[in-house]
Amino acid sequence: MLSYALKRLAILAVSLAVASLVIFLVVEVAPGDPASYMLGINARPDTVAALRTELGLDLPKWERYLAWIGGMLQGDFGTSYTYRAPVAQMVTERLWVSLPLALYALTLSTLIAFPAGIYAAARRGRAGDIGVMGATQLGIAVPNFWFAMLLVLLFALKLRWFSAGGFPGWETPLAALKALTLPAVALALPQAAILARVMRSSLIDILHEDFIRTARAKGLSRRQALWRHGVRNALIPVLTILGLQFSFLLAGAIIIEQVFFLPGLGRLIFQAITQRDLIVVESVVMLLVFAVISVNFLTDLAYAAADPRLRAAR
Amino acid sequence: MSRNLILGTLLTALFTGAALLSFLWTPYDTGALVIAERLQPPSAAHWLGTDHFGRDILSMIMVGARTSIAVALVAVGIGMGAGVPLGLAAAARRGGWLDEVIMRGNDLIFAFPSLVIAILITAIFGPGATNAIIAIGIFNIPVFARLARGAALPLWTREFVMAARVAGKSAPRISAEHILPNIANLLIVQGTIQFSLGILAEAGLSYVGLGAQPPVPSWGRMLADAQTMVALAPHVAILPGLAIVLMVLGLNLLGDGLRDRLDPRLRVVRA
Repeated sequence: MLSYALKRLAILAVSLAVASLVIFLVVEVAPGDPASYMLGINARPDTVAALRTELGLDLPKWERYLAWIGGMLQGDFGTSYTYRAPVAQMVTERLWVSLPLALYALTLSTLIAFPAGIYAAARRGRAGDIGVMGATQLGIAVPNFWFAMLLVLLFALKLRWFSAGGFPGWETPLAALKALTLPAVALALPQAAILARVMRSSLIDILHEDFIRTARAKGLSRRQALWRHGVRNALIPVLTILGLQFSFLLAGAIIIEQVFFLPGLGRLIFQAITQRDLIVVESVVMLLVFAVISVNFLTDLAYAAADPRLRAAR
Repeated sequence: MSRNLILGTLLTALFTGAALLSFLWTPYDTGALVIAERLQPPSAAHWLGTDHFGRDILSMIMVGARTSIAVALVAVGIGMGAGVPLGLAAAARRGGWLDEVIMRGNDLIFAFPSLVIAILITAIFGPGATNAIIAIGIFNIPVFARLARGAALPLWTREFVMAARVAGKSAPRISAEHILPNIANLLIVQGTIQFSLGILAEAGLSYVGLGAQPPVPSWGRMLADAQTMVALAPHVAILPGLAIVLMVLGLNLLGDGLRDRLDPRLRVVRA
């Protein structure tokens, strides 16, 4: 297990290094000079040059890359060109919206998908199964931002149960949670559809295993065998998908945040892009990539811990 | 034919047909703004109503289908064109450095949050259909590379491949002449799924303003425009979304139906 974990850790480190280089280079070749953008078209060339020096834009590329990475490792993400505020602080503030949103959506998606998947697997081929599978087929096809608009139309504009957008802040926890409810539902639905399908097929595979037959022969009812021996074993592949979904949710929140005008990381990225605030773009994208790669790493480890066969196979 | 296959084929044909027809004819000109007729509900004159500029929504959806299909199709083409040769090469040199490099490179692309990178690419190199295609296409490469490698590996131990090797054929030739035809079914099925994911991705990018630019109609853009008018005229927001859902649903059903028909044992990864 230790050598497997170390190997995965090495891959994690290399992935992060390559990812940071790619992000830096992509942002680097972006047209438009941040200094001239900040000062406007009427700025004098020497003022622009002075600002470039102040922002460190005149340094060689590799030096700026190393400074950026070195800073990030110490929690210093640099200073936003436009807001003149530490990027780390801006990101932290936005994370308080994006992270709870992703977790909320993940919880909802799990709460919907597990019972639906188990129900469908237990009634394989019957009306209940076909109904659930039809619903998931539809769920996969629905773009979450469109579903979000429908939710706004029904629950905010017609029924007036929720507000159509905005975020009141965590000083009022209940109101904050309420403001995140529609976005979380919109994010969760398509993910729940995928998760329910995985849960179902995983459970159906397990129900064919010998140990289920043994459990039945031992005198357990279908239901008991399903719950005691089936569901637990079926959870292993579901775990991987759950890990992947978290990253999907974090990234998917970018678009949903636009629909609901939520001040999260997504809006921060879009603002930064339009203002050519490249240091913010770089840092937020790197942070998201870091989150995704780390979650995948942890999922791999959990997977290997749960199923020893995998450690040998890789 | 299974129900999935029939329904999937019908839906896909409906939208592809509408997209092709739009090159020759649409009920109204999508470039003509008739402000006097804006936000009209569906009627005999405008079957699906009009948008905030008085443009006919049916015509917009027809032309929008063109954009969606073109972007998704080319993105699948990029993924297959680059991914399949890479996967085949990796399988032919199983365990070698080339295999290792290709698969690790794949893992790396897989690890990126695709939407974030697509947004980054389109934002930095400028919004537009071409950059959207590239952004979506890049993430199709590892999907096809993995699939091709996984499907090709067991074939390399089969007798007909052995025979080809004994006959002195090179690895690239064996891959092209013997392996590829045998994994083509699998690639087609995965292709329809990536196609549907491409439609969703294009809609998402256009929705945030990074896909096809006005005046070119696109489904995502129509939804973005409709957002502020959803209370006044719900049909403006509902119909383009419904087009996306039906198109994606059709492709998914087609993929499932094809898989069951071509080889029931096949399991396609839905990334």
